[in-house]
Order: sequence, then C-alpha cells, then structure tokens
Amino acid sequence: VTGVVAGPGRGRLVSGTAFRGVLALGGIAVSVLLVAIFLSLLIAARPGIAANGLRFFAGSAWDPVTNEFQALPFVVGTLVTSVVALVISTILSLALAVLMGEYFRRGVFSAVMRTAVELLAGIPSVVYGFIGLFFLVPIVRGLQSAVGALPFGVSIFTAAVLLAFMILPYSASLGREVISLVPADLKEAALSLGATSAETVRKVILPYARSGIMGGVLLSLGRALGETMAITMVIGNSNTPTLNVLAPGSTMASLIANEFSEATSEVYLASLIEIAALLFVVSTLINLFGKLVIQRMAPRV
Amino acid sequence: MIVVAAATGFSQAVELTGAGATFPAPFYTKLFDEYNKQFGIKVNYQSIGSGGGQAQLKGKTVDFGASDAFVVDSALPTFPAALLHIPTVAGSIVPTYNLPGNPELKFTGDVLADIYLGKITKWNDARLTALNPSAKLPNAAITVVHRSDGSGTTAGWTDYLSKVSDEWKTKVGTNTSVSWPLGVGGKGNEGVAGLVRQLPSSIGYVELIYALQNSMTYGSVRNKAGSFIKASLASTAAATAGSIPDDTRVSLTDTAATEGYPITTLTWLLVYKEQNYDGRSQDRAAAVAKMLWWIIHDGQKYAEALSYAPLSPAAQAKAEAVVKSITYNGSPLLK
Repeated sequence: VTGVVAGPGRGRLVSGTAFRGVLALGGIAVSVLLVAIFLSLLIAARPGIAANGLRFFAGSAWDPVTNEFQALPFVVGTLVTSVVALVISTILSLALAVLMGEYFRRGVFSAVMRTAVELLAGIPSVVYGFIGLFFLVPIVRGLQSAVGALPFGVSIFTAAVLLAFMILPYSASLGREVISLVPADLKEAALSLGATSAETVRKVILPYARSGIMGGVLLSLGRALGETMAITMVIGNSNTPTLNVLAPGSTMASLIANEFSEATSEVYLASLIEIAALLFVVSTLINLFGKLVIQRMAPRV
Repeated sequence: MIVVAAATGFSQAVELTGAGATFPAPFYTKLFDEYNKQFGIKVNYQSIGSGGGQAQLKGKTVDFGASDAFVVDSALPTFPAALLHIPTVAGSIVPTYNLPGNPELKFTGDVLADIYLGKITKWNDARLTALNPSAKLPNAAITVVHRSDGSGTTAGWTDYLSKVSDEWKTKVGTNTSVSWPLGVGGKGNEGVAGLVRQLPSSIGYVELIYALQNSMTYGSVRNKAGSFIKASLASTAAATAGSIPDDTRVSLTDTAATEGYPITTLTWLLVYKEQNYDGRSQDRAAAVAKMLWWIIHDGQKYAEALSYAPLSPAAQAKAEAVVKSITYNGSPLLK
C-alpha cells in the first residue's frame, strides 16, 4: 500500500514495512498483556480456587472469619447496578445525542452542551462519590421512606443513578458523532416524503446510526462494570445478596476496594483475586455479547 | 535500577523501610520525621494496611511491618522466621450515633452486641432506656453502620463484642472484616462518620482520634469492673496497664483495669527476631533495633499531641524486653 503512494523508492518500502511492524507489535503487546493479566490473576487466585471450589460461583456467603468465600452477591450486585445505570444513561444519552447531533449541530448552545458532556467524563470518581453522598443520598432516602423500604439513602439504586451520569459522556459523545454522520440525502428524502422531523429521527436517523450508538453504550457498560470508588461510597456495602434495588448492596469492584488491603489470611486474599478474575471474565463475556448485538444491528447497506 | 544504585552509593547512611497499619500512620509519620531530624536516619513508612504490612514482611521487602492486630498463633508458622511484636501506642474505638439533641449515652457490651446482631432494633428499647433514664430516646428504628473495608478498628470492635457476647462470638466472630448480620457499610472512619451524620437514628463505631478531631458525640461503655467509662487518652492508657504477656500479643478489649476503657487496642511493629537474613548488614539491623528502642521511649512523647495513648509503664517494660531480644547472628543487638 505504501509503495503505491510513495512511488517505487526502496527506502520508502522498507520504512513502510517497519511502520507496519511497529503497529503489529503494539497490537500483539496489548493482546499478550491482556492474557498475561488474566493468567497472573489465576495464578494468584490458586489457593482460593482450591479452597472455594465450585461453590464460589453459586453460594452467597462471604465470611472472612470462617474462610467461606462465595461470589454470587457481588456478581448480582455488579450486573444489577450496571444494567440499571445503563438503562438510565442510554435514555438520557440518546436524547442528548439526537439533540447535539441533529437539532443543534452548530452555535454557542451546541458548543456549551458538548463541552459540558465531555467535562462530565473528566470529573474524578471520588468527586462523583461526594456529590452522590451529599446530594443523591437524601433524595433516595426520601424515596425509600415513601415506598416503605429501609431509609438508608445508600443503595444499589443510588449507585446506579450516580453511575448513569458517570458513563453518560461515552455513549452521548459517540452517539452525537454517528448521528451527525447520517447522510443528508437520506434525511432530505424522508422529509420530502412528508415525514415530520420526529419521524425522521425515529425511522431514518436512529436506525442508520444504531450500531454506532450501541458501540457507545457498550463502551459505557465497560466503564460501569469496573467503576469502584464512587460506587463504594454510595452503595451501602452490604454483602447480603439482594435483587431489591432500594436495598444496600455490593459489587465485585467495591468488594475488592474495601477488603484487599486488610485481607490477612492467604485464602482470603486469594479469594479477592479470584473475584477480580471473575470480573475480568464477566466483562469479557459482556463485551463479546455486546459486539454480537452490534453486528446484528448494523444497517445492511 | 541505575538511579537506585547511584542513590545508595552516594549516601552511606542506612535507610529503613516499613509498611502496614493505617490507624497509627499519622503517629508514625511524625515519629519518623523527628527521628530523621535527630539521628539523620531516614525511615520510609507506607500505610498500606495491616494485611499488606504482614505480607511485605513475609516477603522480606521491608525492615519492619506494622499491624493493628497481632499475628495469631495459627498464622505465626506462615512467616519464614521467628517474629517479634513491639507495641507502640494504644487507641480506642467509640460508639457514635445520630439522635436529636445528641445526648451522651451509656452502653454496655451486651447491648452493643445485640444492636449489631439486630436483636435491639429501636432506640427506646427497654434495655437502652434502663441504661439512659434521663435521655429522651426516640421510638425510631436503629440504623446500624459498620466499616465496609477491612480494618484494625473492626478487628478491635468485633473482638470486644465476641468477648462480651457468646452469640456474637459464635454467629459472627472476630476479624478485620466480618460477615455483618445487618446494616450498611462505610469505607474508613470518614465513611462511617459520614453515614452516621447522614442517617438519622443511626449508630456506628469510629476510632477515638477520629471522634475527637471531628468533635463527634460518642457514648461511654461499661467496663468489666462495672463503671461507665468515656473513652479518653487517660482511660485508653489505663486499659494498657492490665496484664500483658511477655510477647505482648494480647487483646486489651474488655480490660480488667478499673479506670480502663473497654474497647482499647494496641498497635504493633513487627520484626524478625534474628536480623541477619537476606544478607542484611549489622549496621542495618542495629539501626532497626535502635529505632524501636527510641519509639518505645523518647518517641512516646509525640503520641498525645496526635490523640494516641502512650504505653503504660507496664506495657513499656514488656516492650523493652522484646526489643532487647532482637539478635544478629544469635547475639543481642542492644544491651
């Protein structure tokens, strides 16, 4: 390829090969690193894997006193917070993406909105945690009292709402990008056939852009699964398994953040690393599943 | 690597490293800063948690470890060599709560255990009102707050509850982190304090230092002798006056000392008894021993200003004997 652009010069060809080699090396290094991380997690988790057995995946006890370590409450907690956060953030980010990508593409308002969304991504996790603790917790406590749940304020739902705002920038920015790339002739065709602008958005723009939008959602899901600090501050850190989103809970990442530094027994520490390996597997599976969904949804042109 | 080699090549002075407990970290930071000023020996201390401190000492990557909980008998063989515990300061853990008017409440050990077991669920429970006849306790559900992270504070708190309640001992037990029967968890003292402040009619436990520095209301607890003691530096120090075994590995909770606060714990520095390992020089070993000796004597005067309780003379005498037992090639480093 380089040869065509650069002409028949031999030196250029060699540098082209070298360039491609460097790129390939980078790609290989990343893949090797990924496998190496997983392997080292598995090796470090060996005492835990041996002691916990298969019950690790099915049971819900987490007791450092009796050395019983089972992952279910944390897997459930991670999935529930991420899914609830994803639902909230997808609705919001879709609205924002359409607004920024279709209705306000230029001008001061659009610039302000775009910068604001991008700045959301730059706020440190711990700051989100504090905002959650002092602003969101009292609101959720009111909600919990109203529906008769225990009024802790901290809960899986609190964490999910906070998380929704933290992951919003990823899906909103990518969504805006793909929506603004929808060919103008498609939109004009729809409008000329008598479609209202709302119908154009719903029937032309969103279907055309959906694989890109889903890509953004997937990116934000990856962030949601691994988010630690802010969640630890508002989720309540209860290790009792629950599907009640208004009750306090725990995620795999928050458990590790909480207990790693003072895990004194060998099995305890290894079990926390086993949780990390499991989080790795869960994130990978969800990512692969997401890719599959995107492929299915891609517009057949 | 080159930078490290150059740095050690230029300065001949010994530089010591330690890692571990976070609870005494402010005290150690002050100590090692003073030590460097007075003796020109730099001590790096990383407050990575007691578990991390023990692991690093096990891996022999530090000169000393620091831990809020002593290494239990069953864990001692996991260390590659004989281990010594040197107590440095004592701290207390206090029950704090969020009630209208912030009354000063009295607790007993079994009442605290039953609150944390979920058996006492209301503030106007007969057992609480009997202890606090003058306080106006509301008819409100108690929200239990505990530490979510593993900590020496939780180890001390659960150790005390295990001693005063058989049910706690069998159902929950003692550890840096336990399977809590109920409640919500906050990370660190600040996490627990933040939740207690946020949640009306809640109860939690924090280190005395943290409660004092943040002017929090906290209750007094009845000790073994039957008196209600409010935690203070004096009552914490009094708790260390009880009987301490020669190896200083003792839990001070539920002390028999009449003036002692019952939820008090020691914190320790950990070193190997035989200092000649992994090719360590005698200079280095001697520097460790000298520093430990200084900490349990001159270093003690920095404790109170930072709200830690210094060792009682009895505890200090035991600590002296432990430091004197440190050897290099089998012969004691200090005489």
